[in-house]
Amino acid sequence: MTDVQDRPGTSGNAEQVDHVVIRFAGDSGDGMQLTGERFTTASAIFGNDLATLPDFPAEIRAPTGTIFGVSAFQVQIADHDITNPGDAPSVLVCMNPAALASELDRLEPGGMIIVNSDEFDERNLTKAGYTENPLENDSLVGYKVILVPMTSLTKESVKPSGVKTRDAERSKNFFALGLVSWMYTRPLDSTLDWIKERFAKTEMVMNANILAFKAGHAYGETTELAGNRYSIKPAPQPAGVYTSINGNMALAWGLVAAGQLAKLPIFLGSYPITPASDILHELAKHKSFGIRTLQAEDEIAGIGTALGAAFGGHLAITTTSGPGVALKSETMSLAISLELPLVIVDIQRGGPSTGLPTKTEAADLMMAMYGRHGESPLPIIASYRPSQCFDAAIEACRIAVKYRTPVILLSDGYLANGSEPWLLPDVSTLPDISTTFAAEPNHVNEETGEPEHWPYVRDPETLARSWALPGTPGLMHRIGGLEKEDGSGNISYTPENHAHMVQTRAAKIAGIAKDIPEVEVTGDVADADLLVLGWGSTWGAIITAVDRQRAKGRKVAQAHLTHLNPFPSNLGEVLRRYPKVLVPEMNSGHLAKLVRAEFLVDARTSSKVRGVPFTAAEVEVAIEAELERKL
Amino acid sequence: MTDVQVPLTSRKDWQSDQEVRWCPGCGDYSILTAVQLLMPELGVNRENTVFVSGIGCAARFPYYMNTYGMHSIHGRAPAIATGLAVARPDLDVWVVGGDGDLLSIGGNHLIHALRRNVNLTILMFNNQIYGLTKGQFSPTSELGKVTKSSPMGSVDAPFNPLAVALGAGATFAARTHDMDRQHMQEVLRRAHDHKGAAFVEIFQNCNVFNDGQFEALTTRANRDDMLIPLAHGKPVRFGKDKEKGVIITSDGAARIVDVADVGEDAILVHDEARAEPGLAFMLAHLASSVTQPTPVGVFRAVQTTEYSSANARQLAAAQERNGAGDLSALLHSLPTWEV
Repeated sequence: MTDVQDRPGTSGNAEQVDHVVIRFAGDSGDGMQLTGERFTTASAIFGNDLATLPDFPAEIRAPTGTIFGVSAFQVQIADHDITNPGDAPSVLVCMNPAALASELDRLEPGGMIIVNSDEFDERNLTKAGYTENPLENDSLVGYKVILVPMTSLTKESVKPSGVKTRDAERSKNFFALGLVSWMYTRPLDSTLDWIKERFAKTEMVMNANILAFKAGHAYGETTELAGNRYSIKPAPQPAGVYTSINGNMALAWGLVAAGQLAKLPIFLGSYPITPASDILHELAKHKSFGIRTLQAEDEIAGIGTALGAAFGGHLAITTTSGPGVALKSETMSLAISLELPLVIVDIQRGGPSTGLPTKTEAADLMMAMYGRHGESPLPIIASYRPSQCFDAAIEACRIAVKYRTPVILLSDGYLANGSEPWLLPDVSTLPDISTTFAAEPNHVNEETGEPEHWPYVRDPETLARSWALPGTPGLMHRIGGLEKEDGSGNISYTPENHAHMVQTRAAKIAGIAKDIPEVEVTGDVADADLLVLGWGSTWGAIITAVDRQRAKGRKVAQAHLTHLNPFPSNLGEVLRRYPKVLVPEMNSGHLAKLVRAEFLVDARTSSKVRGVPFTAAEVEVAIEAELERKL
Repeated sequence: MTDVQVPLTSRKDWQSDQEVRWCPGCGDYSILTAVQLLMPELGVNRENTVFVSGIGCAARFPYYMNTYGMHSIHGRAPAIATGLAVARPDLDVWVVGGDGDLLSIGGNHLIHALRRNVNLTILMFNNQIYGLTKGQFSPTSELGKVTKSSPMGSVDAPFNPLAVALGAGATFAARTHDMDRQHMQEVLRRAHDHKGAAFVEIFQNCNVFNDGQFEALTTRANRDDMLIPLAHGKPVRFGKDKEKGVIITSDGAARIVDVADVGEDAILVHDEARAEPGLAFMLAHLASSVTQPTPVGVFRAVQTTEYSSANARQLAAAQERNGAGDLSALLHSLPTWEV
């Protein structure tokens, strides 16, 4: 590690700020996601805390220049601990008129707009719906506008690389990255190293990108932008080794870890679906861990193949999003009836139907809880920040294996694609989640006197049934979706047995409450006027909002759930402790309904279903409104 | 697969203690008997054998076998069995289902199991009717079939199961029927020994909802004239005195002729091992209903890459190249920095 002082731009000509929120916006073919990711990585390695929000259309390449084709990437970087990608950006990088038209209203008052002025020709203005050029009238008064002819400067700068003229401008995102890197005094090495590695096979493109990146940086250095340079010190963080990780990667690695910790081979049956496919891609790479991935013919076969592998003794997983969960529903019920371990990962997106495939929402909670036929309870785990998807995946697998049950793990599009620094765990401290398989008969046949295996003999503590693997001599048995007699597993239609089995399956899941941590309350624990209860990715916005409200003198407590079924054993007591309970949710009020039904508390919903996460400011408004509401 | 360690077993060892609950007289009984009698001859262990089924009358089959078994949900048996076979290539996995289970609700999984060539032995009991739901037309019922759900006759054109299997790239496709245990066992033995996905259509009488559907073919009196036995390398001939045969005409169609009219040399010689499936496909289409002379036996048996072993080879190659996975190394595989 080089000393911070040696890094470019920290030598004193830059104004010190404690954080910045930058939003890169351009056409979906402009490489804005990549630009944002590189800026993020450089900032992470520099030592800032950060959080990101990629925001892109469902079309791979929407028609150029259109509003619906705008792809954006927001990142907050700070010299202190942060939990979310920021409310309103203070800097907006606009690569074309559509990006300005689509993103301007997000920018904070007085914010800075860095514009690629070359793209503001009549054709692009028309596509973006402008009748006048906003750069030439007073529509941007009140903002700090920096016009940079990025396209032409990029074309000029990459000439030495020899790329064709029509390819030259494709490097303009690296020009923009270079410029913003200069403006925020980012170290250059990590980006340059990345370009060299990524484009190693196409030297001409590699050189063009390097030239454009350096030209962008030099442009800042040599123009009148000199007064617009900022530095953000590294954030104090616990000692250790860090990496920058997004939720899908952390979740995939958590599954890899769970296989190791369970001492079971992983089997993933999956059908491609946005925004979950990255987990399939990642696991497909790790065959050396003994991981088998099967890209199935449909969602049903995704979970079907996984269930077959579970019967064979693998740690079986299927990954999907809401529409896929709906298709897997019948097989989940079978897994509940068979009492086999299975993890169903739902990376939620906006619905119903195809809905907003690339946008976030958390409206699958009720489906996870009740979206199956018959009495079919299963445990539900929800991750709440990108890096924590790692732990959530291990926890889902732990419960599945220990209790022989399907488990739904909920994440969402925001967590999936958002990234943050992650203090890497020491793998030797991760929990042992291994289990034992039946090795011997557990029963003697009354008629023949022969030893045999009864598949539904239960552990009295967990109610988990005995798991005997095909291939084990003497333990041959049949299981199926028909109601079976507890113990023997033989088909049974008797009223008493069915009632007993329904109650036993429910008791098994409810009993997991003894095996999970109590929910922790933070903030004004003793005397809050309001408890903010959350689950999933709202965590970052809630925690910031509660901190700000408390700084303003309001008495607020906060609790966040990772276990949604069963609930932590102290949740009822916690909810009843406070006069008011507010639940901000990216749905119409699923958790609020569940806790109202379960605990008879008057929990109120703050709903957001706009395809984008809550901002802390929005949660603050909801907190203030709820505090002011007369009881 | 034969292992000297396999203990000798008898039919009784393969029977579970469960009471068989098919209607008296159902063709399923004779298939169950044929399988239970065959298993001791296959050189396999009960504990390494798994029967997976979907839903329907046929799908009760696993309960009656003293092996590992799963009675799953309607249509999904080929998918579930695929996962099991890929996860556990050491197991002998059988799939049992009816025509509704495997060709209607489970049609998609069936064709994909076949085109992947997963090591499965798939038995489709074809009774051309929905039995367990009490008598609706199935995807193999003939046009015009009058049932509870088609009171004026079905207007659904039926599937030709072998043509579907061959169209999906089945590397093994065969047909047998519930009235001839010896033929059934011979076909099932071949199917079991095939490395890859083996599809067997078994004509099965539903004596409650579709009784006598295959009578024109399968009764002792009719067999010689109505069933066309396929044997690899042999001329395709049938009839009491083998007086009839199949030829391929100059316009590319398979046709039934009197041998006397065309001469013995003109008769098609069956080649189940041909790489391209055209001939098998033509034979599958020789009869357009169960009232016409119908080929039985092995239509196609070719060896190509089997899916679960290809999958296992990739795992082995990855471990050979990279060593066993190292979790700590994985977590440090993206750019890291130290604080």
